[in-house]
Amino acid sequence: MSYTPDRSLYPATRPDGTLDIDLTSGKYLKLWQGPQHPGITGNMSVELTVCGDEVVEGKTHVGYLHRGFEKLMERRTFIQVFPIVCRVCVPEPDFNEYCYAAAVEELAGIEAPERARWIRTLILEMGRINSYMMYLGGQSGAFGLGVIGQWTTYVRDLMLDRFEELTGARIYHMFILPGGVRDGLPEGFEGRMEETLREIERTLKDVEEVMFRNAVFKKRAIGLGYIDPALMDTYGVTGPNARAGGVAKDVRKDQPYLVYPELDFEPVMGTDSDCYARADVRRRDVQVSVDLIRQILAKMPHDGPVMAKLPNVLHWKIPRGETYIRGECSRGEYGYYLVTDGSGYPRRINVRGPSYTHAMALLERLIVNVNISDVAGLMVSLHTYPPEIER
Amino acid sequence: MRELHQRLKSLFPLGELTEQRPDLGFVTVPAEYLRPLLLQLSDREGFTHLVLLTAVDWIEDGQFQLTYLLSNRGAARDLGVRVMIPRPANGLATMDGIHDIWPTAATYQRELREMFGIDFPGSPRVDEEFILEGWIDKPPYRRDFDTKKFSEENFNHRPGRETRDPEQYMKQQLYPDGK
Repeated sequence: MSYTPDRSLYPATRPDGTLDIDLTSGKYLKLWQGPQHPGITGNMSVELTVCGDEVVEGKTHVGYLHRGFEKLMERRTFIQVFPIVCRVCVPEPDFNEYCYAAAVEELAGIEAPERARWIRTLILEMGRINSYMMYLGGQSGAFGLGVIGQWTTYVRDLMLDRFEELTGARIYHMFILPGGVRDGLPEGFEGRMEETLREIERTLKDVEEVMFRNAVFKKRAIGLGYIDPALMDTYGVTGPNARAGGVAKDVRKDQPYLVYPELDFEPVMGTDSDCYARADVRRRDVQVSVDLIRQILAKMPHDGPVMAKLPNVLHWKIPRGETYIRGECSRGEYGYYLVTDGSGYPRRINVRGPSYTHAMALLERLIVNVNISDVAGLMVSLHTYPPEIER
Repeated sequence: MRELHQRLKSLFPLGELTEQRPDLGFVTVPAEYLRPLLLQLSDREGFTHLVLLTAVDWIEDGQFQLTYLLSNRGAARDLGVRVMIPRPANGLATMDGIHDIWPTAATYQRELREMFGIDFPGSPRVDEEFILEGWIDKPPYRRDFDTKKFSEENFNHRPGRETRDPEQYMKQQLYPDGK
């Protein structure tokens, strides 16, 4: 006996590809998930059209967090931009600092000292762990496993302690500035970091047991939000979202920057390209970052300058030019496109965050035919941060 | 990068190559050749990833620069394709969309429509509000949009917030008796 689904309740497609949804028919209901909702990733919302408990259309809405960063940056001198770039992304702000600093250095012809490059790599890997820990808590929470978030928040807090002693700040570090970094490592930092890394590894084992071998999580996450590997480039999918589908996109390997060529690691890959595979890639990626931090601390030079000589930053003019600097953040490719016109101010800065494509075109495609209760899990599995969309 | 530029130049009227880094170059192409160039790059040259699409407002030249940054991951190199289009002082500039090549471009085009006033007729939801709500002023990312003037005209000043001259204020704090 074969099963033929009844599609009579589903909307027809118009010639232009949009759905013919008649809200007066009584078949459909508009439902807003967000902007205030525990199952939403930050300040954004998804306008769902549901038929029964199944989504037939989803539209992403942003704008709840727009602060006009790109405009603000155009009105500030190059050094004044530095303290505000990190505020584009709360959970992993350091990529903004690195990409901006590297872009300014390239156009101004400045080279950061060797030791600063090692410390920058260290900070980026620390930030990656923090971001993944927030993700693991959110992903498990979306499927009702609340305790995981408490564990990962605990170890994230330990890493924030390391950030605090290294940079003086827990969230917005403002440590990577054009020319280098603000300081070297504090005394005894390596030992305390090793303790933190061990605690992270211990927590990861617990997370693996309780989350990844949990029948509820597996049943709901396996098969949810499948991304066809053939669509990765078409939809601008990067980072773990691509790697979970077997597409080895990792900027650290594809176009190595900082000291990554001197570090031994392999990008974590998956095959199934669903919610579970993406979560698993991120969990294993934390271990890669832990290993990288150990390598960095063992190999990095412990003396030497951390800042290059800068011109007088109050009168700093950079010749006309344009460049693009990218890095591999926890969510994929993060980049800054900087245009200068020879004046003391940036002509244009465009922030390219991975969420821009993941939370808009990709999410709107994946959300169709998903059950309402799985929308939160699907969204979180793409690991999106709305401020990157509406810089 | 130079070989690629030579190959493309035999097909399209490209400008000079700006080789920013060995793995990053920029070229300018007339607007009418953008689509065939992008198709050539994506279908034949391996530049399958649209990294970003954004605009630069060269108000003094009366032009918008649209930058289409493409990436070839296999060859580890990026090419920025620049298109200069006229910038009307009032009203919308217009450009053909590329959302049929990369669906993600629709989001960029929607943002450019709202923030720079560059229209992409036929692009999905291009006329829908993207970030701003009920916006009636000129597109805010244009260079001649004055944020301070806009704020003063549209928002009330909050009492209790004073602006001080930093030098005088510090002098007052450090030497209250004026010595």
